[in-house]
Amino acid sequence: MYLFKKILFISFAIFFVSLAQAELTIEITKGDETAVPIAVVPFGWQGAAAQAPVDLSAVVKADLTRSGLFKTLLERDMLTKPTEADKVRFRNWQALGQEYLLIGQVNEIADQYQVRFQLFDVYKRERLQGYQLMVAKHELRRTAHHISDLVYEKLTGKPGVFSSRIAYVTTTKDQASKKKRYKLLIADADGFNPRSIASSREPLMSPAWSPDGKKIAYVSFESKRSAIYIQTLASGKRIKVSSYKGINGAPAFSPDGTRLALTLSKDGSPDIYVLNLSNKLLLRVTKSYAIDTEPTWSPDGKTIVYTSNRGGKPQLYTIPSQGGVAKRLTFEGDYNARGQFSSDGKSIAMVHANRGDYRIAVMDIATHTVNVLTAGKYDESPSFSGNGDMVLYASKRGRKSVLSAVSVDGRMQQSFTFDSGDVREPAWSP
Amino acid sequence: MKINIITLVLVVGTAILSGCSSTDKKSGLLEGDLNREGNALATEGLDASGDFDMNRLGAEFSDPANPLSKRTIYFMHDSSQIQQEFIPIIAAHAQYLLSHPGQKVILEGHTDELGSREYNIALGEQRAKAVFRMMKVQGVSGNQLEIVSYGEEKPVAEGMDLASLQLNRRVEIAYRVQ
Repeated sequence: MYLFKKILFISFAIFFVSLAQAELTIEITKGDETAVPIAVVPFGWQGAAAQAPVDLSAVVKADLTRSGLFKTLLERDMLTKPTEADKVRFRNWQALGQEYLLIGQVNEIADQYQVRFQLFDVYKRERLQGYQLMVAKHELRRTAHHISDLVYEKLTGKPGVFSSRIAYVTTTKDQASKKKRYKLLIADADGFNPRSIASSREPLMSPAWSPDGKKIAYVSFESKRSAIYIQTLASGKRIKVSSYKGINGAPAFSPDGTRLALTLSKDGSPDIYVLNLSNKLLLRVTKSYAIDTEPTWSPDGKTIVYTSNRGGKPQLYTIPSQGGVAKRLTFEGDYNARGQFSSDGKSIAMVHANRGDYRIAVMDIATHTVNVLTAGKYDESPSFSGNGDMVLYASKRGRKSVLSAVSVDGRMQQSFTFDSGDVREPAWSP
Repeated sequence: MKINIITLVLVVGTAILSGCSSTDKKSGLLEGDLNREGNALATEGLDASGDFDMNRLGAEFSDPANPLSKRTIYFMHDSSQIQQEFIPIIAAHAQYLLSHPGQKVILEGHTDELGSREYNIALGEQRAKAVFRMMKVQGVSGNQLEIVSYGEEKPVAEGMDLASLQLNRRVEIAYRVQ
């Protein structure tokens, strides 16, 4: 018998409507040929029902495939389907060309599930990882994503983002009244469990996560003019934090979560301000006659990068977050906007246009090298994954707005399609 | 003269209704814990109701020969400069507002769907402000003019062809119901 490490899962206080349907469908549009082969064997099951309510191995398989770094073995090609270590014959998996093997077992114990899984290096014939988890019944799917995170981290050295969530805005048209409905939704990173957190006949825009992933700031036109709200996800409670005359837009939490950068035009042209969320004091950071908007914070909180057209066309500029001298950051291309820092602060994703093609690019801040990741031509709203490996963005497919994701090295691309209507403005949770 | 204030009606699922409490006096909007995460039923809400009724305005607004019948000013890409051909239209509306000091209009700025959304909100506002300034120069009181920018959030044409993009780069002069 192996000794299993024990992890306690903390139950998140989420009121689950246990609809595990995906409203977003994800398909991989460009794969990586150097993907590492891994066999994920269907997990064993012991419980009252004939089979486990969630097929954990299927979720893990989909997660790992979606990352672009792994290719998983088809179940019908497996010679055996072991669920315990002593049944593993490494020679079988070597013959199938597999480098890694993941097996597992789910047992129903009273009102919980015991989930066990083990990861093996097929060539070294050794176990890399083994965990045993006790999980609440409604958290089985979440557990599968957690397993994917652990496996991903073990094999790549980087934390996985499969347990993260995405916020996005959809519009649908009511067939009868022809009126639009705007919705702000949150879904798991694989598109499952979508839940609407705000809905309006007037535009909803610019969702931004708090650094702890518990709140979302967004812009709502529900009173026929813009206002910024901060909504706590668990309780649904929200507060209006900005409703000045003119623009209230582009909210961005500071890395420590105590301040909110935003765009206001109350004093004339749109400028960047920083609102202290505890004492409500407002600091004006930029002062120009041009458009200044779309602030993003460096991870140390010292710098804000924003879009400005003070030079005629939109370009990215940098300014100390306490105010100071603005410096132009981008020179390549005739349009650079909507910058977003990666979590390590080394690069910025942005909308980059040349002669009318709008694409997603990532700039290395140290070298100023711009790497264009997408083919356009209507790409916008880039958002980094928490580990910095992928960028999620909005694009057009025909007339329809869709979400897509691309790996920062450009080797892997996937598209998320929404069942009905348009989907846009993705924001990846921390 | 009293402006018809559009009240906002919240339709909130009964499970959530108990949590609603205060009313924001300015907007007439209920503040409460609607839209609780995970409760898909409780997300109908935040609806502003009522559109502006053009029928209540005079016949000159529907006479195609009258410049007042045109209430959309179009712009070039990424520009808030007013083009020559729209100056007479803005002037006609300015004249009307001068002779009807109780009448208010909302100048709604819009952009095409190219580029980033918040930048377009700013661009839409600059367009609305350009029309605002031209009306002010002709003597219209600032109290009669209100500005809102929707950026690319409310396109009139949904395509990405040049004609659709052009139709979306606009300021709409919206007369408020008296």
